[in-house]
Amino acid sequence: MSLISLGVVAVLFAAGTYLILQRMLSRVVIGLGLVSHGANLLIMLSGTRPAPPPVIGKSQVAAVADPLPQAMVLTAIVISFGVTAFLLALALRSYLLTGSDAVEDDLEDLRIRGIEGEEKGASA
Amino acid sequence: MNWLLPAVVAGPLLAAGLTIFVGRRLWIQRSITIVGVVFVLGAAIALLVAADSGSAQVTQVGGWPAPAGITLVADRFAAIMLTVSASMLLLVLLYAMAQLKRDALDWWFHSKYLVLTAGVSLSFVTGDLFNLFVGFEVMLIASYVLLTAKTGAGEVRATMSYVVINLVASALFLVIVAFVYMTTGTLNLADLSRVMVDIDPAVRNGLGMLTLVVFGVKAALFPLFMWLPDSYPTAPTPVTAIFAGLLTKVGVFVIIRTQTLLFAGDEPSTLLLFVAGSTMVVGVLGAIAQNEIKRILSFHIISQIGYMIMGLGLLSVAGLAASILYITHHIIVKTGLFLVGGLVESEHGTGALDRIGGVLHRRPVVAMLFLPLALSLAGMPPFSGFVAKLALVQEGLALDRGLIVGVSLMVGLLTFFSMTKIWGAVFWGRETEATEQAAPGMLGATVLVVALSIAVAAFAGPLADLAARAAVDLVDPAVYAELVLGAG
Repeated sequence: MSLISLGVVAVLFAAGTYLILQRMLSRVVIGLGLVSHGANLLIMLSGTRPAPPPVIGKSQVAAVADPLPQAMVLTAIVISFGVTAFLLALALRSYLLTGSDAVEDDLEDLRIRGIEGEEKGASA
Repeated sequence: MNWLLPAVVAGPLLAAGLTIFVGRRLWIQRSITIVGVVFVLGAAIALLVAADSGSAQVTQVGGWPAPAGITLVADRFAAIMLTVSASMLLLVLLYAMAQLKRDALDWWFHSKYLVLTAGVSLSFVTGDLFNLFVGFEVMLIASYVLLTAKTGAGEVRATMSYVVINLVASALFLVIVAFVYMTTGTLNLADLSRVMVDIDPAVRNGLGMLTLVVFGVKAALFPLFMWLPDSYPTAPTPVTAIFAGLLTKVGVFVIIRTQTLLFAGDEPSTLLLFVAGSTMVVGVLGAIAQNEIKRILSFHIISQIGYMIMGLGLLSVAGLAASILYITHHIIVKTGLFLVGGLVESEHGTGALDRIGGVLHRRPVVAMLFLPLALSLAGMPPFSGFVAKLALVQEGLALDRGLIVGVSLMVGLLTFFSMTKIWGAVFWGRETEATEQAAPGMLGATVLVVALSIAVAAFAGPLADLAARAAVDLVDPAVYAELVLGAG
């Protein structure tokens, strides 16, 4: 079981990384979602095998599932949900301002490219 | 008294909720924020006094004993960081209230600032790896929103890259949490420090490297720093100032904490020293190439981080003490420099070096505020930067690490050069028209920061002793473990 899950984690990370490296903001957002899901799944895998829930007074300590990874994943999901919502709002704002979904070039890079172009023009 | 520990986190969060609740009634909002931040400062000082007198406060939230419960702990190192940060949070708040009133952003600012305060406090006092993740996220989410104070195209673009980089680092942080939990079955830092010793060195080093990468992104270490000079300068001055002073230093704090507690070696770490040297050099060279006050100062944040990591890389009591002293000095000086830069910028409507001049004649008081901070950043005596750099250089020479000492001195010289560049362009030169006068509150807050930085130099002796006592605790992981878990 856990080998399949590990494979899923690997695929999520690979696909997520690929998408984050894209120029379209919407793809970056989806890529970040995939990567954080991969991380969440990895935390789930760090717990014990499926077992009965731990309830004080009702279950035996040796026979219950480890509740800690589940609690952590729940927290992590809530956090990544909130940040993804913020990121989507930001991407929308960027789209409304620039009219395109692509990440803009860095202003400094543009400036340096301009200087380079001028120098080439001068030498030609 | 250990109720103070959860209170430094819960207090500002509660206050943040209240500020939203009162809506746009500005005076109530301001009073709530001031009370919240002053409370954190008071609590931090109380925690520092307690920690230094040998009764460091530890509390287990929820009543479960460690390592099962969530530990909050303020040892000397954490209490020093918390105190310095809280005092900066208060002074920048005073500056912000004067500036943002003009920009009509005041009503919007307070709740986010309080959440940021809570996140920073939690990151300092937590004794649990996952809780550290939560603390960082709280801090970062507040910082994302603060960066987008004005939603123009430039701000959105800068914030976008900042958010994406931080999210990738956070996902990797979760991977660390998962791996550590798989390997050891615990996330309590004190418990981990006892268990880590028995872990296979290869696995341990791998986890150590991954931690260094994740917090290297947050602390803007070489080669993971490129997001910083891109995103910081676009925000309003008070926001940039508090980010510059605190956020990267929280990353440095965690690097020092984890590298000493969990992944400590026996001798100076060549890798860390290499990273420290490269960070210094690349940061300062970047600064020299810039032509805008805030961008120059942003690159200097990076180069200064190198010095803090240099002390950690030496991995001795004196080296770590120098690092702690350096962080203390840097938080104050860097915040102050950004505030002065903001004064100049708000009076001229620009921070471009070639469009400002002659400030020395028209506003000598602003120039007099810039001078001690700039000299301190460059490490000139008798200012606080000199004291901190001297401690680093002495220990570097004592441990026979001449190369990194040479690099650090050269970088100090280059820092001085780039400060003279600002001085020559902005304060000397032909006088330019100022569009308006900065509010007295902004000036007053900056004066207080400068006074605090001079106080660090004046009380360097007692501060260095305090830093040395904190470093002694850091070098021996057993001290921290015993504090949280009791003897055993």
